[in-house]
This record gives sequence, C-alpha cells and structure tokens, in this order.
Amino acid sequence: MEKQTKVKKPRGRARLIAGKCIACGARCQSTCPVNCIDMSEQGEPIVLEEKCIGCVKCVKACPGSALEIVFTPEEQAILATLSGPAEPEVDEEELERQRLIASYSGVWVFIEQTEGEPARVSWELSGSGRGLADTLGVPLSAVIIGHDVGHLADEAFRYGADQVYIIDQEVYARYRTEAYLEAMCYLIEKYRPEIVLMGATGMGRDLAGAVATRVKTGLTADCTGLDIDARRNLMQTRPAFGGNIMATILCERCRPQMATVRPHVMPLPERKELKPGKVIVETLPLNEADIFTRVLEIIKDKGGKDKVDVAGAEFIVSGGRGLMAKENFYLLEELAEEVGGVVGGSRSAVDAGWLPPERQVGQTGKTVRPKIYIACGISGAIQHLVGMQDSDVIIAINRDREAPIFEVATFGIVGDLFQVVPALTSKLREMKRARAH
Amino acid sequence: MLAIACIKQVPDTTQVQIDPVTNTLIRDGIPFIINPYDAHALEESLRLKDSHGFKAVALSMGPPNAEATLRKAIALGVDRAVLLSDRVFGGADTLSTSNVLSAAIKKLSESDEIGIVFCGKQTIDGDTAQVGPGIAVRLGFSQLTLVDRILAIDTEAKTIRVRRKLEGRYEIVEARLPAMITVVRELNRPRYPTVPMRLRSVNGELEVWGNSELKLDTATVGLKGSPTCVSRIFSPERTKGEILGDGMGDPIGAAHLLLDRLIGGDLLAV
Repeated sequence: MEKQTKVKKPRGRARLIAGKCIACGARCQSTCPVNCIDMSEQGEPIVLEEKCIGCVKCVKACPGSALEIVFTPEEQAILATLSGPAEPEVDEEELERQRLIASYSGVWVFIEQTEGEPARVSWELSGSGRGLADTLGVPLSAVIIGHDVGHLADEAFRYGADQVYIIDQEVYARYRTEAYLEAMCYLIEKYRPEIVLMGATGMGRDLAGAVATRVKTGLTADCTGLDIDARRNLMQTRPAFGGNIMATILCERCRPQMATVRPHVMPLPERKELKPGKVIVETLPLNEADIFTRVLEIIKDKGGKDKVDVAGAEFIVSGGRGLMAKENFYLLEELAEEVGGVVGGSRSAVDAGWLPPERQVGQTGKTVRPKIYIACGISGAIQHLVGMQDSDVIIAINRDREAPIFEVATFGIVGDLFQVVPALTSKLREMKRARAH
Repeated sequence: MLAIACIKQVPDTTQVQIDPVTNTLIRDGIPFIINPYDAHALEESLRLKDSHGFKAVALSMGPPNAEATLRKAIALGVDRAVLLSDRVFGGADTLSTSNVLSAAIKKLSESDEIGIVFCGKQTIDGDTAQVGPGIAVRLGFSQLTLVDRILAIDTEAKTIRVRRKLEGRYEIVEARLPAMITVVRELNRPRYPTVPMRLRSVNGELEVWGNSELKLDTATVGLKGSPTCVSRIFSPERTKGEILGDGMGDPIGAAHLLLDRLIGGDLLAV
C-alpha cells in the first residue's frame, strides 16, 4: 500500500530574463545559499537549474528585476491544487529593524564652511532638507562645526532650519577629517537623526565617507533627487554607469540615511526673514596634541589666469567639437557678452586645449544650472548632459539633427553654428541699439 | 615600507549605450579598463618605489576576470599584485568594499609596514569617492583626499606633506604616516609598460585571496554587508523640446525665431 504523503509545495527555479541584467556586480550570486549561480564574462548570471532550490533570494536581490522564478507544467498543476493561503511569517529581524528605525528622527544638513565662509551648496541642501522634513513631519536641523562660526546659525534659520547644532571650538578652526569626524559622530550618536545631508564637495565627500564608515551606515553619493517613500525611507536617486541610467537607492536597514548632493543640482531656496529657532551648543573636548594632521596653509585659487565661474553663471554659451578651432570661440564670447553670460565647453573642447579645464561642463567637469544654456556644436554625450540637464532653458545649435543634445533641449536649431550664432549676436545688438534710441 | 595602490577594473562608461527599444544597457563588447583615476594612484606607488625605496603593491577587489587589470600593474613594475575575489564579496556597496580592502591591507601589514595607501579620487562607474575614506577610518590612517601634489615624505619621522585640490582653493596639509591618499589626475602622468615587463607580467605571480584568507564575518561583506540597495533603475527622463525654423536654409530666420521665443517667454530681457 502506498502511503499518502503531504504534497510538497513546488518552489520552482530561478531564470534570467534575457536583456534585463545590468551587471550590477554579482548581487544574485552572493545571495545564493546553494552556490548555483555562475557569472559570465559579461557579468551576467548563469543559473545551474539542477542545483537551484527556488529560494527567491536572487530574485529579491536583483536591482534590475532580471531574474524570475519559473515552474514546470507539472509543478504548476500541483500549485493549482494547493491554493491555500500562505501562513503569515513573524519576522523578528524585521521587528528589530523597525524598532531601530523608530529611534532615529529628524533631518540634518551639514553646513560646510571655510574660514567662516559658508558653501552655497549647504543652503541648497537646506531647501531640499526642508521639503523632506515637512514630508516626514520632523524638524530640519543645521549642523555647524568650526571656530567663530556663530554667525552661520542665523543664516541657517533664514534658509529654513528649525534648529541648529553648533560646535564652536578652536580645534575645529580648519577642516581636518580626524576632528570633524569625531564631532559629527558625537552629534549623530547623541541626537540620532534619520537623515544626514552633505554637499558633494571636496570637504563634504571627505567627511561623509568617513562618518558613514564609523557609524556603519549607508551613504549615497551625488544624488540628483531626494524623496520619501511610503515607509518613510529616503529615496536617493542618482546617475549610475556614467549617467547612462538613473538608480534609486534605499538604505532600509540602517540609520542615519546619508547622502551627498553636488552643488547646483538643487535650487537655492529664498533667503527669508530671520525667524530664530533653537540653538543647541555642544562642546567636544578634543586635544590639539591628539590630532596629527595640520593644515599649514589655505591658498585661495583665483582661477589662475581664468576668473570665470562657470558653475555660478546665469547664462552659459558652451562650445564643443563643432567649433573646429580655438580661434572660433570669439563667436561664443561675443554672444555671451550680449546676454551677460560666460563661455563654457564640453570635454572635447577642453581636451583639445581650446578652453581651460575650469570651464568644462559635465560629469568630470562642473555641474551647472543656469537660466539659459546655449550648446553650440556639442553633440551631447551623456557625460555632458548630466552636467547641464537641469538648466532652466537649454538651447541646442547643431548641424546634426540626430545629435543627442536635441533630446534635452528646450529649443533647438538644426543649422550651422557659424551662421546662427553671429545672427543671434547681431540681432541682440540691433535690439539694444533700438532701445537706446 | 609599502605603497599600496587600490585599483578597480571598470567598464568603460564612455562607451556604454542604451538600447532605445528595451531601455537597457548595451554591454556587449564594452571593454574593461583600469579606473582612470586609479592609474594615477598606481603610478604614484611606483614613483615612491623608485624615489624612496617603497615596495609597490597593487590591490584589487573584483570578479576573477579583474586579473587582467592586475597583470597590467605587474607589467608596470609592482612588486606584488593581490586580487581579492570571492563570491561572498559580490554585490558590495562602498561600506563592505572598504571592509574587504582594509582586511587585505591589514594582512599585508603582517609582513611589511604600511606607508601609504593610494586610491583614485573616485571610480567612473560608481562615482562615489567613498571607499578611500572608508579604508582610512577602518585602519585609523591619516585621510588625505584629492591630493594633486606630494610635497615631502619623511619615512624616518613618519610624516607626509601634500597639497589638496579643493573648490577654489588649495590646502597644504601635513599628516602622519601611515596615510590613505586619494589622487586627482594632475598628480602625475602614468607610465607605459615596457615590452620586457609586459612579457614578464604574463607569468608574473598574482596572488588571489578569498574570504578563507581574510576570515571576515560574511554578514559584513558583499551584499549582506551593504546597507544600501538599489530599489529601481530607470532611464533618465528627457523632455523633448522644439526645433525652431529651418536652420539650414534660413539660419538668420531661425535665430530671430529663437530670440522671439526667449524674449516673448520672459526668459531673456534685452
């Protein structure tokens, strides 16, 4: 007599969905408990079906939704007979995680300063942080570390902070990783914020990377978008693979959630009338003798021969390979002069020696968001687009109708820049003369 | 004393394209290269070998095929090349990456004193600039990021003086060794391998360490040790604009049309 055993619920096998793998770095392989995933030369998983136990770990881990679970027809038939509801699981780990998360609250912005001079990106972040804090229903705090920096508290209030944490001691006069790391971690451990934002500047990236490692939490670099999801997690969106795709990154298991944002990516909020909030003064006794790093000198770089600040300009006339030669940039200079702007360029223009490196717009150059960006003879490689796509108005002038720059342009002219640009300049001059009369 | 260069093999992101139909990355045939900033880190470790008698080590975490990048480092003249490769290291974010690299550096320090760990200022695929600081904090090394000049090294007094390149300013900083330094392109010009060295690199000794060598808690490496996760990937949103006039046939007319739009829309005031 054959004994009737309980029919086991089939779990299926994992399978790669063709064309969807993004070669994220073998996340699926590293989660597999039975070592049934090999990686191809291209970084795509090869699932050894006979070993797979259908645990779904790889499917869950895949950021590109490139893995699925498939069932054989026989398995599907068994599944159809077993249509009972799955018993709900009580996940201790999940409860612990929720308790941890609940103990952190508030949005912080690190106010970057050098010799008392604040970095503009700090106020841009105050604007973003204000929005996040309002969505979460928590206060927005500014964190100021330095020496003789009390005046920055009022500025922080004007840019939207509800309260200010300040550590003002001589040992923090000049930024040093060791000292600022101690100060920042001390504040985070004591006051437990859920979100910490910093500018993706030399200083911000130096500090953020150190702090996140010390407090063992996640850090997302160069975010271009910040938002809150339904479970109160910070959704951090940033370009990935050199700007070819966008990725939204979560830090669900750890707090605080830390992010850096490049200057000029977020709009500068209005500087409002002063409404002072709470100032929390902290001191952290650090011995100068215990810090082995000395900033001997800060040399202000006046841009060398080049004083033009592309990143802060409201109008930018940019040139690329289509300019053909260095001499031709006078055409752009003339137009820039008429609109009160500056001349920038693509990486190819800088690499060709037509412009100094400080004028380069793009991923390896500056990020800009002017009122008007005029791209002349720039095809619009993705690395260029990520540096200027947030401009209010983008104008593209290019002979090639298929150039990617037209994909981001507000207005485009398919034509020869050597004809169109002088026509713009002379018409502007003519209009100005007419107004003067 | 060791000068360690942390190098990463990356896809050449300038050659990545998006399939317009499926909206996915076209990766077939995309070459792997050494992260361009890391090439300068490697060069600096080789210069310290030449000038100060440091022992140059190239260190990389990656899949087995990252061996190719380390072979290039051997061809350039490093004394040791170590690949950190293990399936449990896969899917790592910057926090767990710095954990593995730091453990390897600690292991290297068992036989030699560490002088400087060089990293590129960031990678071109991840663009985070976070692994260098992660190493410095984990090992308690001086952290010097964005260095464009090394001004002095005193291996007796164990001090180093560098210039850091920041926004609109430079800083001259003195720190204690061992130090973790991230480098910018202006620091040096990477050398090319000579033919004899290139030949030697084919059979040169390359060490591969997995977690059986590093003995890290598997909850702190790879995907499990990564607090961040990618929840969604999508193509950048682009709002297509308007092509004005006939720029080829009537460039002046098109230019005037553009100015009408800008001035009419209060985007530009004359």
